[in-house]
Amino acid sequence: MSTENKEIIFKIRNLQTWFPITKGFMKKVVGHVKAVDDVSLDVYKGETLGIVGESGCGKSTFGKTVMMLEKPTGGQVLFNYDGEYKDITKFNKEEMFEFRKKVQMVFQDPYSALNPQKKIYSSFEEPLKTHGITSQEEREKMMQRVLKMVNIQPDYLLRYPHEFSGGQRQRLCIARALEVMPEVLICDEPVSALDVSIQAQVLNLMKEIQQELNLTYLFIAHDLSVVQYMSDRIMVMYLGKIVEVADSRALYEEPLHPYTKALLSAIPVADIHNKKQRQILEGEVPSPIHKPSGCAFRNRCPHCMDICKEQDPALRYHGKEGHMVACHLYDGKESGDSE
Amino acid sequence: MDNKEIILNVEKLNTTFISDRKEIKIVKDVSFQVRRGKTLAVVGESGCGKSVTMNSIMRFTGKNAIVKADSIQYNALKDGKVTEYHLESIKEPNGPEMRALRGPDMSMVFQDPMSSLNPVYKVGDQVAEGLLQHNKGMKKDEARQKVLEMFRKLGIPDPEERIDCYPHQFSGGMKQRVVIAIAMICNPELIICDEPTTALDVTIQAQIMDLLKELQLKEGKSIILITHNMGLVAEMADEVCVMYMGRVVEFGSLEDLFDRTSHPYTRALLRSVPVLGLADGQKLETIPGATPNPADLKGGCEFADRCSECMERCREKTIPMFEISPGHRVRCLKFDSYPEVD
Repeated sequence: MSTENKEIIFKIRNLQTWFPITKGFMKKVVGHVKAVDDVSLDVYKGETLGIVGESGCGKSTFGKTVMMLEKPTGGQVLFNYDGEYKDITKFNKEEMFEFRKKVQMVFQDPYSALNPQKKIYSSFEEPLKTHGITSQEEREKMMQRVLKMVNIQPDYLLRYPHEFSGGQRQRLCIARALEVMPEVLICDEPVSALDVSIQAQVLNLMKEIQQELNLTYLFIAHDLSVVQYMSDRIMVMYLGKIVEVADSRALYEEPLHPYTKALLSAIPVADIHNKKQRQILEGEVPSPIHKPSGCAFRNRCPHCMDICKEQDPALRYHGKEGHMVACHLYDGKESGDSE
Repeated sequence: MDNKEIILNVEKLNTTFISDRKEIKIVKDVSFQVRRGKTLAVVGESGCGKSVTMNSIMRFTGKNAIVKADSIQYNALKDGKVTEYHLESIKEPNGPEMRALRGPDMSMVFQDPMSSLNPVYKVGDQVAEGLLQHNKGMKKDEARQKVLEMFRKLGIPDPEERIDCYPHQFSGGMKQRVVIAIAMICNPELIICDEPTTALDVTIQAQIMDLLKELQLKEGKSIILITHNMGLVAEMADEVCVMYMGRVVEFGSLEDLFDRTSHPYTRALLRSVPVLGLADGQKLETIPGATPNPADLKGGCEFADRCSECMERCREKTIPMFEISPGHRVRCLKFDSYPEVD
């Protein structure tokens, strides 16, 4: 899909989330875990932006920071309030409260996201009460509306979470997030705790709901094939940085960054006649505390050059429209429309 | 096929758990063979009994489990001579006979490397334990040398240093290598891998799978790979056994399963997984409903309620296995014109 003429819902500029490492009695800061390090990106209204990377690459922290569940240590997140961009990192308590209605989150583990001691009814009522819907009749009407969306019978409201299967629970979590009519849903590994046959149900449902409500999804997952199925655009992260952003089809057909290529080739394919040549990455993700100098990927990269040791590559446009990559292999070959 | 070719032959394995004085059948009449030097993949969703089947063979099931089988025959091949072991007749699950087999003959790699290592022992000692246990009189130094050799073989960097580290100093992928080292140290012929890479990243999964393939090619190990990832099956397996609610629903060679998929459940399993490069707008097929609770299963086909091709008679009685081509067996009434096997 074309990125032109599209309304931007989030403008993320140089976002930074560093966690301090303290030592000793005085809690002296001796270093930082750079979970999200200088990430800049636009998120368009109505799209699904997939975020992939190995564990520890900062994708969950990125999702949480965009929602201000984790306070960023630097940078801006501008959110579109009917054409006017406001920096949510500077919001006070009241503004934050209002912002929460716009952006909601679905978490990975549906088994721990619902209070086991409360009936679904009370879990569902709470956000509506909090956001000031005082009439019980109206609350019930809203609850039934979202339950219908996720194909769960309204009379199940009087049950407890343990009476539901994993897939049903994740659908309930999605329904609860939808209650306050958000514009953006941040989904942090929504299907990785589910069985394969249930995964497909939840993924298809999420797609249907998106079309119905014109939602924007930030879809975080480690499984590239799930992300590719869900997303319009994909952002690949490695050690807190964006290494590549592209249209989901382009990323699969013409990956540019060596890390994306390796990630794609590592996925086992359920096709016995076209066995592909694997490109296996040596070693593992280095610790985010002691990142290598220059390009963070250089010690696993098959194309490592001298410049990679010294200079951290910037994210630049290359190739097709909207395709961005941070790699020295493409130095001096940028396409014209860079910022 | 003779005993030289078949390393493990399981016939009509049944495992029942007793819970609240009720008997719940988890594994029902499971039969399969593992060929020597080949990989058998056992596929199915969580709760389908694939892990319980393997634990029943290894006798790792708890006290509330009753394991019954017509035959669990393990054929050891040492120096060109075949020795038969009948595991079903071994009474004590942790007696000397079973213990002698675990390690030097068959061993297991568990799913979660984080929890299958003891955090308070050095990894080297944990790997050497099996070696010292099975070779009375072996010196500790000698065992240490063997562990180092194994670490080198499995690609653990700086083995001299790493052997004295504790599990928390290892990353997930390295821990799983240690767990594989524990399984491999006594040079077993059959390795059962229970979802060995589910807890790991794809790039590390690729490394571990390559390692297993290499071990098989170089040393002729037989592998049982339990997984729910059809992609891994396609890359690793020679034969595939699909399980659903405690029964084998389809068994055949890799080609049988992928090119001549016969059971509706196998087909659904293959089609419901997102693959890279799906066309725009193409939707995933879903399997309606959820896996039933094994405690309240009715008679008839277990998959009937979720099957798109379910017929009236599917619900009447237990469905037998039909052999639709040599070695390719399906538990579905659509194929009742073929000979019944069991």
